[in-house]
Amino acid sequence: MQGEELDLSAIVKDVQMRKSISIRKFWDVLFSFVALSFLILGLAILLLLIFQLFVDGRGLLFSWSFYTSFPAPNAAEAGILSAFVGSLFVICVTVLFAIPIGVAAGVYLEEYAKSSSSPAVRILTDFIEINITNLAGVPSIVYGLLGLEIFKETFKLGNSVLTAGMTLGILVLPVIVVTTREALKSVPSTLKEGSIAIGASKWQTIWDLILPASIGSILTGVIVSVSRAIGETAPLITVGALTFIAFLPPLPFSDRFAPDPQTGELVRAGQYGLFDWLFSGYTVMPIQMFDWVGRPNPEFRVNAAAAGVVLVLLTLVLNSAAIFLRIYFRRRIKW
Amino acid sequence: MTNTSLSLIQIRKLIQRQNLFDQLVLVALLMAAFSSIVVTGGILWILISESVSFFSQVPITDFLNLNDPKWTPLFDDKNFAIITLISSTLVTTGVSVAIGIPMGTIIAIYLSEFASSQVRELVKPILELLAGVPSVVFGYFALQTVTPFMQQVILGVQIFFAPGRDEFDYYQLPGFNMLSAGIVMGISIIPLISSISEDAMRAVPKQMREGSFAVGATRLQTSFNVVLPAAISGIIASYILGISRSLGQTMIVAVAAGTQPVYTWNPLEGASTISTFIVEVAKGDIEHGSLEYNTIFVAGLALVVMTLAMNLLGHYLSKRVREVY
Repeated sequence: MQGEELDLSAIVKDVQMRKSISIRKFWDVLFSFVALSFLILGLAILLLLIFQLFVDGRGLLFSWSFYTSFPAPNAAEAGILSAFVGSLFVICVTVLFAIPIGVAAGVYLEEYAKSSSSPAVRILTDFIEINITNLAGVPSIVYGLLGLEIFKETFKLGNSVLTAGMTLGILVLPVIVVTTREALKSVPSTLKEGSIAIGASKWQTIWDLILPASIGSILTGVIVSVSRAIGETAPLITVGALTFIAFLPPLPFSDRFAPDPQTGELVRAGQYGLFDWLFSGYTVMPIQMFDWVGRPNPEFRVNAAAAGVVLVLLTLVLNSAAIFLRIYFRRRIKW
Repeated sequence: MTNTSLSLIQIRKLIQRQNLFDQLVLVALLMAAFSSIVVTGGILWILISESVSFFSQVPITDFLNLNDPKWTPLFDDKNFAIITLISSTLVTTGVSVAIGIPMGTIIAIYLSEFASSQVRELVKPILELLAGVPSVVFGYFALQTVTPFMQQVILGVQIFFAPGRDEFDYYQLPGFNMLSAGIVMGISIIPLISSISEDAMRAVPKQMREGSFAVGATRLQTSFNVVLPAAISGIIASYILGISRSLGQTMIVAVAAGTQPVYTWNPLEGASTISTFIVEVAKGDIEHGSLEYNTIFVAGLALVVMTLAMNLLGHYLSKRVREVY
């Protein structure tokens, strides 16, 4: 009698347990399902975004004149030539400005400061590290305010390619420092020790061995920051980028024309110098797109979408290149 | 014999020269590392000095006015109640966080605890690509795709709950609204949150998971009761970064959320955020040193203070809830 009752309760417990397990398993499956649908949603949004741009911009995307025309008051004739060239020039300055400083700072923090025994250096390094982390969280528009006050107003560089390039250079500096450090970290210490053992100085070791060994990963960081700089809009509006630019920055040593004082005709008036392009006015792709989106005339939406396609493709190509390079170097290097 | 000693001297000279060169290089590297401090100092200096000259012209009670907040620095009747801009910045950030944090966290848990390594290797680069889309393009997407969609949704919800009215009796979502901008901002921070959170979760030691599995917990129970608490400081760091990004987000709101500084906490309306205001003013010609010029710096200072407060709160929270293992 008693035994039967015991059995019954055991069966009930067993059934309850099974039920609880199957409920918990159900939650597991449900969660995977929800998470997977979020992931697919994210991917779908990326595709939808590109698709929408393509559809909206198809009227201009496939016409060559869109790529070879300056902005114009008439939507169908307005093109992205000056914005595209402007982006290229600005990015050149950004890269030339940010890479040397960023890589040097990364090398110092990773190779010199870490092995230093002096407490002062340690405190300084900690401070710089916290600082770089915080800089990465500063809103990009604040960098625009910095560029406006320092480069444009204090150094009197005006609305120039140089102002824009340096402002973006400061913006991407933390990215380059952090990726450089990560890259240097992955170089094994045996390489350094071997080099020091045969009498190389610290800098020789870094320059001849460590930097070449980590150049791939550093390059990845550089590409990522270039892609970020290409899409950055707000800081450049703040430093005063113009939206209607119907000329290109002058190439070094190209012919300069000026109106003749007597006839008023344009005549050759000498050559541009090597650095004149740095001080030229400019516009960049995202600003051009922003300007077109904001126009009340809806015809300009086509231009905006077409510019958006070019912009997205550029950043997608750059980011894919960075991802590919990272995988390639990770596979290739076997220590 | 003489040969050897000569070459020894030469070697010593070489080493000396190399050492000198090393010292010079070290100074250059140190200066580069110092540049980050110069940048931070520069940012603080320009924001504070321009704000000081702002407050020498505008009483601080106007700036902190909560009773009848208006932000009209470019009009003849000037008002400087910063809460007008702060409210819209917080609303768009709130919408963005409501979308970005749950989705980002769930994706991170899935990638770290559920997905196979093949899925992970495939998905992470795609998320990175999503993160690389320029914000002005996201702004276009918010204005041209999400806003029309949300207009239909809002109308549909109203018809569902109160059917049979005239079409114009329903609330029409304006073309510029904070809701669409916030939603797209949320989407844009998903990759950031999910990738940093995932890194934090993957760094949790394997033994903790195995212990949990051994006592019969499912993956989901393990994720929420073991992995999540252990990785919480990294996860909170990702939230802080996401929120900071949303607070400072400019182009999405400038394109999609409107440019009128209106004091409102309603996401269905359009309003200018702090960063939109800076962009709108900077688009025109402003005279260096004028009150308008000072205004954008004071707005920038408000933005930085909000971001900083966010960071401090995050650090405090992450210290409070962190489980040390």
